[in-house]
Amino acid sequence: MKYSKYIFLFLLVIPFTFIGCADNRMHTNGVYLLIDTSGTYAQQVTKARMIINYLLANLNAGDSLAVAKVESKSFSEKDIIAKVTFDRRPSQANLEKRAFNQKIEAFSKDVKGSAFTDITGGLIQAAEYLNEANPGNKTIIIFSDMQEELGKGTVRDFPIKLTGIRVMAVNVTKLSTDNTDPRRYLDRLAWWEKRVKEAGATEWSVINDLEHLDKVLVSK
Amino acid sequence: MNNLDSWLFWPDHVALSMLVLFFLLTIFLYAARWPAHNVIMSVCHLAGHSLRFAARWLLLTAEGLRQRNKTVLLAHGQTEITSQIEREFERVNNIVSREMGEYPAMQRKVMDEITRIEDDYSKCGEVPPPPPEWVDALSSIANLKSGGDIAKKMLDNLHKSVQKIHDKTISEYRRSYEGRHKILKALMPIWRSVDKTVKNVDANMVNLTGNAKSIDAHMARYEEIRAKTDKSEHTLAISAFVQLGISALVMLIAAGGAFINFKLIALPMSEMVGASDYITNSLRTSDVAALVIVLMEASMGVFLLESLRITHLFPTIASMNDQLRKRVMWAALILLLILASIESSLALMRDMLIADKAAMLHDLATVQPIVSDSLLTHIPMVGQMVMGFVLPFVLAFVAIPLEVAVYSLRTVAGVVLVMLMRAMGFVLRFMAMIFSRLGRILLNVYDITIVLPLMVERWVISLRGSAPAKTSDIKSRSAS
Repeated sequence: MKYSKYIFLFLLVIPFTFIGCADNRMHTNGVYLLIDTSGTYAQQVTKARMIINYLLANLNAGDSLAVAKVESKSFSEKDIIAKVTFDRRPSQANLEKRAFNQKIEAFSKDVKGSAFTDITGGLIQAAEYLNEANPGNKTIIIFSDMQEELGKGTVRDFPIKLTGIRVMAVNVTKLSTDNTDPRRYLDRLAWWEKRVKEAGATEWSVINDLEHLDKVLVSK
Repeated sequence: MNNLDSWLFWPDHVALSMLVLFFLLTIFLYAARWPAHNVIMSVCHLAGHSLRFAARWLLLTAEGLRQRNKTVLLAHGQTEITSQIEREFERVNNIVSREMGEYPAMQRKVMDEITRIEDDYSKCGEVPPPPPEWVDALSSIANLKSGGDIAKKMLDNLHKSVQKIHDKTISEYRRSYEGRHKILKALMPIWRSVDKTVKNVDANMVNLTGNAKSIDAHMARYEEIRAKTDKSEHTLAISAFVQLGISALVMLIAAGGAFINFKLIALPMSEMVGASDYITNSLRTSDVAALVIVLMEASMGVFLLESLRITHLFPTIASMNDQLRKRVMWAALILLLILASIESSLALMRDMLIADKAAMLHDLATVQPIVSDSLLTHIPMVGQMVMGFVLPFVLAFVAIPLEVAVYSLRTVAGVVLVMLMRAMGFVLRFMAMIFSRLGRILLNVYDITIVLPLMVERWVISLRGSAPAKTSDIKSRSAS
């Protein structure tokens, strides 16, 4: 019985010895949302808020989230509207989510349309952010019509690297020319799929119905 | 196909080649008949004997195990019955010392009350009224030959006197009756007291008789166990199965309680150890921490009941002196209280976290819901806190079925193991028998393949006239 006190101490200490035993990053989600603000598509920002709200509601403590806009030249940190890696504690994570939501709200009130659409630049920036954050599951969501229009002097026709990243195109609206010839829309999506797969992405998918956002996050 | 060609003498004449091959093979098999028979029989005998040996070993081991199980089971049963008999004697002792210890006082009381009853009863005896003296006087007056008015006057005076005496006598008589009634009325509580005392004695006697019967039954079982009868072993084994089933059921219910307990504290533990920490691919650190807390509560419960000598899982605690044992008991109780308080506060935190998340989701929603702050919204929170505090104490009692399960599992596992070993022994014996028969079958199959040379052999032997001797030789070889 002289050892009983050591047994008690051992039992008390057990919960705290498990902390930090495993690689926890592999269980986290990292999501980078690119919002197209070019031309008439800028009006779709209210829909983008639905996605952000869904992400804020479903991302857990330890996950990372960043929202950036796609403009004429999007390979820049300046285009990032808000980014956060949520705290390990759920209560703190909730506070951070509220703060994040306020930033997005401020952005949506003051969104300005850009002349061109640099999706590739946004993708490179997103991949850079996700690789730095290094979560277990990396996802880039492109909220755009996927019609890339580059300004003069902007060079994007080189292979990009999206190794280990899931890419999702959300709310890919049809342009007026697409309605005339649907093959343009299909070809556009096929071109992006090919480009993304060649870049090493693990998955490419298109979600046009925002009721099916449950596919966005990897279920744990 | 190439392999087949390599076996053919003349690949162009397959049938001829096969025939020659068959012929050569038959000659070889005929020539190697006796060695082949010996090899087949030896292999089959070896396998059969090995299996029979293994079966015998298994059956012997099973028997040894059964004997050992029986010894343990009977010893355990004997200890159990002894403690039950001790308990019954303790009860009898309690009754005797409590009730019969007061017996002299009770007897004196009853005797006093009976004496008083007798005295009062004798006081209540009816006193016959004195014989009327005026009757003689009346007779004398009536016998007067003459008297006229004097007699009448005397009679009138007598009448008045008699009337007066009569009234006085009647009033005295009534007074004495009244007095007797009062005595009888005063007797009623004494009667009741005597009746109650006698009934108490009767109830105690009934209890004692019940205890005596119970002791008789236990003693009968004890004697059976002492005699090491198969019946007592069977009864104890069945009892162990039943106890294991019941304790497993209770532990299953306790596991349900533990699960609810776990669910109560898993979420708030993520606030303490982090929600994004994982031990394995699917095992969250917060879940493990919550589980450890629940298990610690159960462990404290085990120690508490052990130090209270309700269970006897740890001989070390059982053999402690009373002072040390009480210290362990208080330590376990205090730790259990602390854990229960922690769990209660974690349950409160859980409610707060859920409310916080709900509020955050409401903030994200475009339409703001109506916020309710009625008393009803606080009931789940209070319920969770109460459950968080009570469940650890409820879990503490799992030590009792755990102890029963531990002790009965040994018996049940022993019985099952013996049955398995016997079943395996039977299977091995059966296989040994098959092997011994298989040898003869293989000999016959071998002989079928060389039936032609054998027929020739028989024909040659019959020509020589020594067929009976050879046949008997073959039979004797086959039989061996």
